[in-house]
Amino acid sequence: MIPAPFDYKRASSAAEAISLIGEYGDESKFLAGGHSLLPLMKLRLAQPSMLIDIGRIQDLSYIRDAGDHIAIGALTRHMDVEKSPVLAEHAPLLAHAAGHVGDPQVRHRGTIGGSIAHADSASDLPATTLALGATYVAQGPNGTREIAAADFYKGFLESALAPDEMLTEIRVPKMNGASWGFQKFNRRAQDWAIVGVAAWKRGTESGVALVNMGSVPVLATSVATAIAGGASIADAAQLAAAEAEPQSDLNASAEYRVHLAQVLVRRALESNNA
Amino acid sequence: MKVTITVNGKTHESEVEPRTLLVQYVRDTLGLTGTNIGCDTSSCGACSLHLNGESVKSCTLLAAQADGGTVTTIEGLANGDVMHPMQKAFMDNHGLQCGFCTPGMVMAAIGLLNENPNPTEEQVRIGLEGNLCRCTGYHNIVKSVLACANEK
Repeated sequence: MIPAPFDYKRASSAAEAISLIGEYGDESKFLAGGHSLLPLMKLRLAQPSMLIDIGRIQDLSYIRDAGDHIAIGALTRHMDVEKSPVLAEHAPLLAHAAGHVGDPQVRHRGTIGGSIAHADSASDLPATTLALGATYVAQGPNGTREIAAADFYKGFLESALAPDEMLTEIRVPKMNGASWGFQKFNRRAQDWAIVGVAAWKRGTESGVALVNMGSVPVLATSVATAIAGGASIADAAQLAAAEAEPQSDLNASAEYRVHLAQVLVRRALESNNA
Repeated sequence: MKVTITVNGKTHESEVEPRTLLVQYVRDTLGLTGTNIGCDTSSCGACSLHLNGESVKSCTLLAAQADGGTVTTIEGLANGDVMHPMQKAFMDNHGLQCGFCTPGMVMAAIGLLNENPNPTEEQVRIGLEGNLCRCTGYHNIVKSVLACANEK
């Protein structure tokens, strides 16, 4: 399978990339690692006439301790997120989840920014950063702006990014010793999650988000509210799907997904990882 | 567009369409057909090769993305008639049946040992999760990789 023909330009900086996407408009797409975009293009589900390759913008690949949060360049690869000592110390949930994206070959190429900008509710990192209360930084022709993860996901593969904006940084609050769990339920190695859960808990504070429980990654606020109110994990987990609108597909019915979410939220919150 | 890619030690300058996939480039432009196309959707790993020393799925990369880079394919492993230790380990341990997944499996396995020279059996199984064997010959594949690691 070969993508439809397109023109190709390589950007050497975020500013150049944004200027190019402004020039070529709606028919152009950013290419980072390409592991979400190229499969769609090979299936002809996407047919951009111009690809702007941002994969070589070196200064957007970094993981830095920024005080109360960790700043991650959008072009940081999954493998680098997985193996980062900074994240292992301050946001181990994210490092762990990145190690469950696809398989090693995919993690050598795919980027955290590409995964988030693609905004697929079945992907692991949108929900994980949502659970962690991350902030995303977008750069456009008029400068940068911050978008809370909770305001970012607008619909199936739709984000709050404007057509001429590029995601440049992901800011993840330090977990400060919170316990955490990551649950990915699938039937075969390397599959997408049928349902996934990323969760952390520190005393009565918690954050829980769901993978593949609707058209967008879902922040399970009812669970966090119940925990804050003193509910047991088992009772709070019953509310796992309160904010979700899961769909039925070949892998699972909506009802089964609700059941999975309840079980997996309980397991994730009961995990003793710290 | 022009791409310059060093494949198995030899630098090639080629004129390609931007949509040319890296696997097409090595198979069709360079005639290196040892790298197989299996699922063509980045699931099966048959097209695995090394780009700049790391295993990648060449059906989901553009040749343009490898421009300026270094590629190693299955053809680049042996030293004349002397097989790479991983190829030898696959032969000695019956790590292949029909052989279709083998080039990708060997490239992924070498990449795995580069990153983790002494893996446990579980780490080998997880490390090769991106490579499928339709003969389901996984036991001997894992045995081969562990044997290769132990020889080093």
